[in-house]
Amino acid sequence: MDKLLFGDNQFFGINHMSEEKARAQAMRFQKTDAIMDVLDTAYDAGIRTFMCTTHDRIAEIVTRVKADPARYGDFTFYPCMPYAHKYANAVTDHGMVGALRNFMPEDGFLATALAGGKALATREVDGIAKVLIDMEMKMFAGARAPVVFMQNVFADLLLGMGFTRAFRIFHDHVVEKYGAQPAYITMNMPMLLDALEKEGIERPIICSNINKLGFRMSGGFDAYLDALKSGRVRAVAMSVYASGAIPADEAIHWISELPGVESIVFGASSAGNIHSTKALVDKYMGVCA
Amino acid sequence: MTQEKLKLAVVGLGKMGLSHFAMVNAHPEVQAVACDGSGFMVDVLSKNVGTPVYRDFDEMMDREAPKAVVIATPSRLHAPMVRRALEAGAHVFCEKPFCLDWQDSDALTALAAEKGLVAQVGYHYRYVGAFLEMKRLIEAGAIGRITHVLAEAYGPVVLRAKRQTWRTQKSEGGGCLYDYAAHPLNLLNWFFGAPAQVTGSVLDSVFSEGIDDEVFSTLRWNDGPTAQLSVNWSDESHRKMSTKISLIGTNGRLFADRQECQLYLRSPVEGLEDYEPGWTVKYTTELTDDRWFYLRGEEYSAQLDEFIAAVRAGEGTSRENGFGSAAETDRTMAMIIENARTGQPVGAPPVMSKPEKTARKRWFGR
Repeated sequence: MDKLLFGDNQFFGINHMSEEKARAQAMRFQKTDAIMDVLDTAYDAGIRTFMCTTHDRIAEIVTRVKADPARYGDFTFYPCMPYAHKYANAVTDHGMVGALRNFMPEDGFLATALAGGKALATREVDGIAKVLIDMEMKMFAGARAPVVFMQNVFADLLLGMGFTRAFRIFHDHVVEKYGAQPAYITMNMPMLLDALEKEGIERPIICSNINKLGFRMSGGFDAYLDALKSGRVRAVAMSVYASGAIPADEAIHWISELPGVESIVFGASSAGNIHSTKALVDKYMGVCA
Repeated sequence: MTQEKLKLAVVGLGKMGLSHFAMVNAHPEVQAVACDGSGFMVDVLSKNVGTPVYRDFDEMMDREAPKAVVIATPSRLHAPMVRRALEAGAHVFCEKPFCLDWQDSDALTALAAEKGLVAQVGYHYRYVGAFLEMKRLIEAGAIGRITHVLAEAYGPVVLRAKRQTWRTQKSEGGGCLYDYAAHPLNLLNWFFGAPAQVTGSVLDSVFSEGIDDEVFSTLRWNDGPTAQLSVNWSDESHRKMSTKISLIGTNGRLFADRQECQLYLRSPVEGLEDYEPGWTVKYTTELTDDRWFYLRGEEYSAQLDEFIAAVRAGEGTSRENGFGSAAETDRTMAMIIENARTGQPVGAPPVMSKPEKTARKRWFGR
């Protein structure tokens, strides 16, 4: 993994500080050209990896990158799935079973199993999960996607319920079918790490908030530091600036001295912020990419 | 002293119920049980999670005898299930809206009080840092006498005519009033109490058949402000539900939504040294503490944490969002429904008591 990864929240009207700013960003990035301009700036600054939700609009980005291999030879995607809104809407419209049935291949044994209204066998649950993963991966066919993340809302829902076998299904399918490294995003890193280890997943890649203030590091600041120091996790740090509460230099310097942090993921819309974050990461973590 | 884990049952594993289940199941002091009417859900979960999962509510209550229950079933089922749980001596956390008939709400409030049980309703906005700050500023008199209120909620729930679910059936407790408007109304009740009068209410359908997709109303308080309510759940421009309250008073303006609390102050206020004249913005991110587990916002974890803490400490009453306060919101919604139906004002015109100091008469005063 590169030391610095580029995130996508800013492109889709997600801003944890202000709805007004979120709306302004949604307006600015309505056209794919506007997103591509920012990605070009990041790419030209040496940031090669785009960590992105499996949002419908990402498909357009993938198409453009694939269309110009001379320009984007090293462009790498880290897909993060599922894009939850798609499913939330389907469940509202069709109910849980109806939504799942909609997503399964027609006339396949899974659609039939769901239509029967009978109890699902373990094999069928696994099969449904794999079809859902494949559906999310479709847009990345032919592009570089060496690491695949499970999104935090989904991972944390499964974690809380104790449905940890799903992590194993995800892990195995990503490895076997895509030859990629499975990874997980969470707001509860220490708890997730324990759960993954119980499923036999060693030294997982986990993306979580890691910042000096302990902002949204659920499970406690000390538990995070212990996990990092233990060498049991390959961490990707997000929210390193704690939504702007920590000065950039101080934030990156602090992260660079933590063991176990392999990468930082950040989102930015301006060339200034992209260049300054890249310069800080080069300064404290060694030149990347 | 080590205490035994609290046996807590989550009933109803829909959108809210599943997330409640995940949160309480992850709680270090809780032993969770789950219950849902859907065979599919019960089947998949019981094969994959370590928790007992029941399909029948009565059977679950009899066999498990949980000490506390979270009710997250369709709204019509709240009243009978909450009663059954209270009668069994269980503490109850019920999803909002509380009961479709406010007389049930009052009766259950009395029953919980009589039995000394913790009884709470899931109006999670009261746990959002920005709204907590708004409440603190109102109580500190920050913006003086508040006269002008706008309470809004928008979001993308019903965007086309579609298949019926319980959320789109009036008799089940569906509709934009119960689902969406309940939140800003509950905040207004928190800030100002029960309104004296409700006028100008409109409950209109946009895409749905037989239920409201948008809500308008004017609410007035004794010795308090006038509020306009504007709510629409057929608004795709919002990524998810957005609730916002704007207040104008004699000393400034105060705004809050889930992300931030913005105050415009005319003159400084004693006791609020962190606010200067002009604008000050505080963000929920700086106003909130982490809880044991994060799923979809600190407020969801916080409300369950407080419920569990109150039960375990034997407090006998909820710390916030007690049944009584939710019953007030149920009554307020009943006033809006009646007003929309009859076109006649509901309640009496607000009474303004005389100000304590009478202004000196000035011949050339402005």
